[in-house]
This record gives sequence, structure tokens and C-alpha cells, in this order.
Amino acid sequence: MFKIAKYVVYDILRSKVLIAYSLFLLLVSFSLFSMEENSSKSLISLMSVVMIIVPLVSIIFSTTYFYNAYQFIELLVAQPISRSSILLGEFIGVSLSLLTALFAGVGIPILIYSPDATGLVLMISGFALTLSFISLAFFSSVAMRDKAKGIGMSLMLWFYFSVIYDGLVLGILFSFNEYPLEKAVIALASFNPIDLGRIIILMKMDISALMGLTGAVYKQFFGSNFGIIYSLIIMLFWIILPLLFALHIFKKKNL
Amino acid sequence: MIRTEQLEKSFGKLHVLKGLDVEFNSGQVVSIIGHNGSGKTTLIKCILGMVVADKGKIFFNGKSISGDFRYREQIGYMPQIGHYPENMKIGQIFKMMKDLRKNVDNLDESLMEEYKLSELFEKPMHALSGGTTQKVSASLAFLFNPKVLILDEPTAGLDPLAAEILKAKIIEAKSRGKLVIITSHIMSEVEEMADTVMYLYEGKVNFYNSVAELKKQTGEEKVGKAIAKIMKQSAHV
Repeated sequence: MFKIAKYVVYDILRSKVLIAYSLFLLLVSFSLFSMEENSSKSLISLMSVVMIIVPLVSIIFSTTYFYNAYQFIELLVAQPISRSSILLGEFIGVSLSLLTALFAGVGIPILIYSPDATGLVLMISGFALTLSFISLAFFSSVAMRDKAKGIGMSLMLWFYFSVIYDGLVLGILFSFNEYPLEKAVIALASFNPIDLGRIIILMKMDISALMGLTGAVYKQFFGSNFGIIYSLIIMLFWIILPLLFALHIFKKKNL
Repeated sequence: MIRTEQLEKSFGKLHVLKGLDVEFNSGQVVSIIGHNGSGKTTLIKCILGMVVADKGKIFFNGKSISGDFRYREQIGYMPQIGHYPENMKIGQIFKMMKDLRKNVDNLDESLMEEYKLSELFEKPMHALSGGTTQKVSASLAFLFNPKVLILDEPTAGLDPLAAEILKAKIIEAKSRGKLVIITSHIMSEVEEMADTVMYLYEGKVNFYNSVAELKKQTGEEKVGKAIAKIMKQSAHV
């Protein structure tokens, strides 16, 4: 499993895509930090960027990588290696590469300009988002045989979680605003990893009211620290469950 | 050594294998023949665990292969068309395979040497011709000295010299008591190498017997003609 991960990392390092991703994030982070005097303001702007770019790059990069590694997987399947170690090896390899790129692009600037708890939380939530979108990418690539369909499904997932979902939640809130919706809102946020990631950071920054109803309700319901822990646990499910589904399909897949 | 029991496989509406019962034993060179789409490659891929059968079982040395992967340590597989990571070099592929498989103290690098692959170690896989890729596949199949060799159209795409080297290697493997399973459309090769012929017709075993028996039953001298006769018979039924 770790040997496979090693070859995946070698393979990814040879392509320039990841370096470009790192440099782009680095550029954004440094410019945001140098534009504002107040580092927590920059952190909020950085968060908005991270919440959009990180899931998108993670899911698209992992999906295309998986299809490009199809030949490698085909080669491995005929060897005395179990299918779970093949898939998990791929997952670990892709995860290590993307996490390193994220650390280089966002982690280092945070360590330089804002090495406090809030910065750390932003990093953690970025890492968790990366992992959960890689996991979703693996699910769609294993489920779809066709590359175009797989990438399409990944794009749809990203679009759903970052745009459509919030719209749906707003719609629900508007239509049922005569009812007590606090608990429903908490439940709804748990179904979207990007919302969870955002909540974790906003809770830490103590400006949850800025996020509107969801944030305020969260704050009231959990209190800051418990809210962060709750969100992280749900986030963990968002990493593990799609990967488990992918594993389940992959074990029976015809190659 | 390898036994299948009521093996069935469909791809969507296409029913490829329809209840296959076969047994392969060590020391045999079995040639699986059948027209295109008769399920040859599917059968091989089922044995390798690359395709999961819908129904039925496959036993390797008496143990069911479902959920197992260790049995593949004893199999060397040469695919019809080898797919390799494109940006790796030949040398890296060999190094990686040795790294990934554990039994590396008993290596058989003779094919690699005869094909002079070490001179090409720095070439990336995407720059290789089809024939060279096949040489890599063949060398990899024999590299770990497996007890079972599964070769899917081994000589297709190889130049005559390379094909002869491979054939000699297959005959040598047989003399060392290995089981070799070959699919081939080239009847002269079947004649040269195989001692047993299995004819798959529409997902079922139509004929499975020794070459001598095949010749006797059909009254033909040449394997090619004998098989053609059997193919015609089955098409009439």
C-alpha cells in the first residue's frame, strides 16, 4: 500500500500541475496578507478563496489523475496485491501530494503572517476539505468507466456543494421561515463539507454571526469549541464514507 | 492446479461465459482457441481476478480465489496489449515490479537479456513500439519464475526472431513442469507449443482434449485443419 503510494507521489511530482497549484495559492496568500494590516481580515479573504479553489482543484486533479493512472492500476491488479491496497495506496499518494501543495501554498504564508490558532484552524479545515474532495473524486472515478463522465460527475459534485447547495438551503429557509428551523439548519450544514469547513473557521474567529443564521445558530447550539469538534467529526465522515463506497465498487470492478 | 466450476460472466446483455467447467494442470501447455468474442480473454481475466465472475467459482490449488490475491504470486501474465504508466521508463517498470512483488530472490531475467531490454532501460514507455512493449510484457511475465504462465496472444506484434525466442522459452517452461495457458489465432504456433487444445464456442467448452486426440478424432494431420473441422461442426449444430 505504501509502496504504491510512493510511486503515485513520484508520478505526480513529475507533472507540473501541482507546482502550478502551489504557486498560485502562494501568490494569492502573500498578496492577501500584504494588502491588509490586520491579519485576521486577510484570513477571512483567504478563507473565501480556499473554500472555492481547494475543493475544485482537489476533486478535478484527483479525478483526472485516477483516469490517467488507469494503466498503472490495470498492471497492478494482475499482481499479487489486494485491490484495497491498490485503491488506498492511490488515495494516500494523491492525498500526500495535494496536502503538501496546500501546505506550501497556504500553510507557509499563514505560519509567517498569522501563526495563531485561527490560522491553524484554517489550515486544518483546508486539509480536511482536500481529503474529502479527493475521496469524492475517487468515488466518481471508480463509479464511472468513462473519463468524460467521471470528470463531469466530479464537476457536478463540486458545483453542487459550493453553489447549488447553499441556494437550496436558502430556499428552504425562505419557504419555511414561519417554523423553528434552528436544528434543521444544523443538520443541513452537516450535509455539505464546504459549509462545515467554513463554519469551523468562523467559529474560531468568533464572528459566526457574519455567516448569518447558520453560524449564529451553531454558536448558540454548541458553543465555539464543541461546534468545531462536531464539525470536524462530521468532516471525517465526509472523508471516509465516499472512500468506502469507492472501495466497495472497486473490489468488484471489471478491469 | 486451476479449476473452474460453472463459471458465468455477462457484460450487460452480452452473456460471455455460460457455465464453464475446466481444469488445467501443471506440465500442460493449453491453447485456448475460439473466434473473436468467444470469451477467451474473459476467462483469462477471471482466473487473474481482473474480472469478477457473476456466478461459479475458480479454484487455484484447491483454494477458491475469491477474496484472495496471494495466489497471483504464482502467476505470470502477459496481456494482449500491455498498458503501462506512460511516463515511466522501462528500467523503472522493472525496478518497480521487483519492488512490488516479494519473491525477488528467484528471478528469471533470461528473456530480458535475450531481448536486450537493458539497453533500452532509459526509454520512456510511451515512446515504445507495440513490439517492444510486448517484449517488456513477456519479460515481466517470466521474471518471477511463476508456476503458471498466462499468455494472451503472446506472439502478436513480435518480430519473427523475438517470437522464436518466446516460443523456445515457453517450451522450456513446459519442460520444467509449469502450466502454460496461451490464447492464439496462429495454428502453426498451437501445433509447435501446445499439447492440449481447448476450443471455446459461444461461452462454452466445445472441445477440450490433447492434440493427439484432436488429430485422431478429426482424422487430420495438421492441427489447423483439425480445428477448422471442429469449428465447422460446431457452427452447424
